Amino acid sequence: MSEVLVLVEHVDGDVKKVTLELLTLARSLGAPAAVWAGPGYSDAAKAKLAEYGAEKIYVADAEEITGYVVAPKAELLAKLVADKAPAGVLVAATAEGKEIAGRLAVKTDSGVITDAVGLGEGFVADQSIFGGGVNVRSRVAKGTPIVAVRPNSAAPVATAGAAAEEKVEVALSDAARAARIVERVKQEKGARPELTEAAVVVSGGRGVGSAESFALIEKLADSLDAAVGASRAATDAGWYPHQFQVGQTGKTVAPQLYIAAGISGAIQHRAGMQTSKTIVVINKDAEAPIFEIADYGVVGDLFQVVPQLTEEIEKRK
Amino acid sequence: MNIVVCVKQVPDTATERKLRSDDKTLDRDAADGVVNELDEYAVEEALKLKEAHGGEVTVLTMGPGKATETIRKALAMGADKAVHLSDDALHGSDALSTSYAMAQALKKIGFDLVVLGSESTDARTGVLAAMLAERLGVPQLSLAKKVEVNGSAIAIERLTDYGYDKVEASLPAVVSVVEKINEPRYPSFKGIMAAKKKPVETLGIADAEISADQVGLANAWSEVVDFAAAPPRAAGTIVKDEGDGGAKIAEFLASKKFV
Ligand SMILES: Cc1cc2nc3c(=O)[nH]c(=O)nc-3n(C[C@H](O)[C@H](O)[C@H](O)COP(=O)(O)OP(=O)(O)OC[C@H]3O[C@@H](n4cnc5c(N)ncnc54)[C@H](O)[C@@H]3O)c2cc1C
Ligand SMILES: Nc1ncnc2c1ncn2[C@@H]1O[C@H](COP(=O)(O)O)[C@@H](O)[C@H]1O
Repeated sequence: MSEVLVLVEHVDGDVKKVTLELLTLARSLGAPAAVWAGPGYSDAAKAKLAEYGAEKIYVADAEEITGYVVAPKAELLAKLVADKAPAGVLVAATAEGKEIAGRLAVKTDSGVITDAVGLGEGFVADQSIFGGGVNVRSRVAKGTPIVAVRPNSAAPVATAGAAAEEKVEVALSDAARAARIVERVKQEKGARPELTEAAVVVSGGRGVGSAESFALIEKLADSLDAAVGASRAATDAGWYPHQFQVGQTGKTVAPQLYIAAGISGAIQHRAGMQTSKTIVVINKDAEAPIFEIADYGVVGDLFQVVPQLTEEIEKRK
Repeated sequence: MNIVVCVKQVPDTATERKLRSDDKTLDRDAADGVVNELDEYAVEEALKLKEAHGGEVTVLTMGPGKATETIRKALAMGADKAVHLSDDALHGSDALSTSYAMAQALKKIGFDLVVLGSESTDARTGVLAAMLAERLGVPQLSLAKKVEVNGSAIAIERLTDYGYDKVEASLPAVVSVVEKINEPRYPSFKGIMAAKKKPVETLGIADAEISADQVGLANAWSEVVDFAAAPPRAAGTIVKDEGDGGAKIAEFLASKKFV
């Protein structure tokens, strides 16, 4: 059975949930082969990948791979595509994942599909386009299928894999070393679930009014074990860091439950959350467009409704 | 500095967007064409860099004849001239073909810096900057929230999942910008009038040395198998807060087994 390469997403050595989803999807298409790029590989990481069905693990843990923008990872994958002739390559549809997929596609003369929300036989991908208005099925017509799959597109299912390790060395080209990362600036915010992976997201917008008041949103989020999101109005105002922005130019999320408080629902915001399964809205303006996509909405002041909701949830635990 | 800014015409996001039933490509007649709003930030950044360092800003658009409206807008904002890559053979090009065709055009135009938006609101692939950097063999400085040029050195702040990376490279380079980077200017009346006289060169595929077998729907690397309108969302329940709004939501969440 041909291999299906899965580029592992990892933070501080921990394998991210989206990778487990990709391994699960890969299983029905071939033999899942995890590709570890960059430092941080450990026995714990190996165990996790094995638990979710990785038959092979290609380990390229040289520091250099993460020292430059995107290109080294694309070179690593291109080398593996040439050496192993996999049936396809899966990456997470993060901003960087898509860029890796793009460069890899050029290098291997292969088609690429971005933002898949499902993946079936023959690497036929489901996509939701035009702000969720149209569902498309598409496929790669030339080369090795390269698909960037959105987090939360499949439920991860554990099944043991052989996890045979193979060290991979890549001699980076000069072109791959052209954009040097000289400093990483981390703006972390607490230990909540990752925004794109969370089952529940609670977002605040301009209606929240200040950075301090985002504590209300965080408390509600914590009561639901949720991630916190924000509209652009809130990130632009500096009330919440930019990496929590949901929307066209922020993250795309598709959780089971999305709660929007003090967000009007501009088209650019909806582009990033419209495919959430259940949407709950709190807004004091009954005319706010976000109500059009709400499964449940309360027209009211979030400073009243949100604390009461948090309290009610805590009571029910 | 010779700056080329890539600007795409897209269907207005505020209107209903469709695929064509015959060839499953974007229906460009169904909706008004507007400048991809993220590209306005690219134009603004290109103009700012020109103002600081001198040189010239060329707009590059690949698209059908009516995309000239988009070109005029970028010229009205202050770009100096434009190249319109337009050929029936390009219809239905996917990301790989588009990047190939645009890379060929860029080689012909020549550049120190190529500036793009972070994504197009219709295709939303966000891969073009990466693909162009790969094809042109120049540094990829994508998702920039800040750009600084100093002689032939260029530095950006690149948005990441955890914050941002400081990245350095040298020109020539490809940059894509995010909407945090600036506030795009509105074209002035003078700008709009001046734009009418600015040169727009139209290139067909032969002019840009683009091989016909690498572009267009028939040669695309990916294809739409089928598509359907998404089923509409069922209308939700909207209630007015009577002092029990929070409790009501909690009830709803409990009924859905979220709590
Ligand atoms: C190129 C571009 C890209 C963009 N990308 C994004 C993006 O990725 N994500 C994004 O979110 N936006 C994006 N935007 C911005 C978008 O157009 C809107 O401006 C933004 O989403 C508005 O944020 P908001 O809903 O929080 O604020 P507003 O539109 O100001 O809405 C605030 C809402 O809060 C309600 N409110 C106020 N006080 C209270 C209260 N006490 N209780 C309850 N409700 C209250 C108001 O009734 C109002 O409906 C983008 C815009 C552009 C041009
Ligand atoms: N046909 C086109 N003509 C000019 N620029 C384009 C075209 N398509 C994409 N771009 C540029 O590439 C960026 C990213 O587009 P995309 O990869 O399609 O999301 C856009 O913001 C534009 O700057």
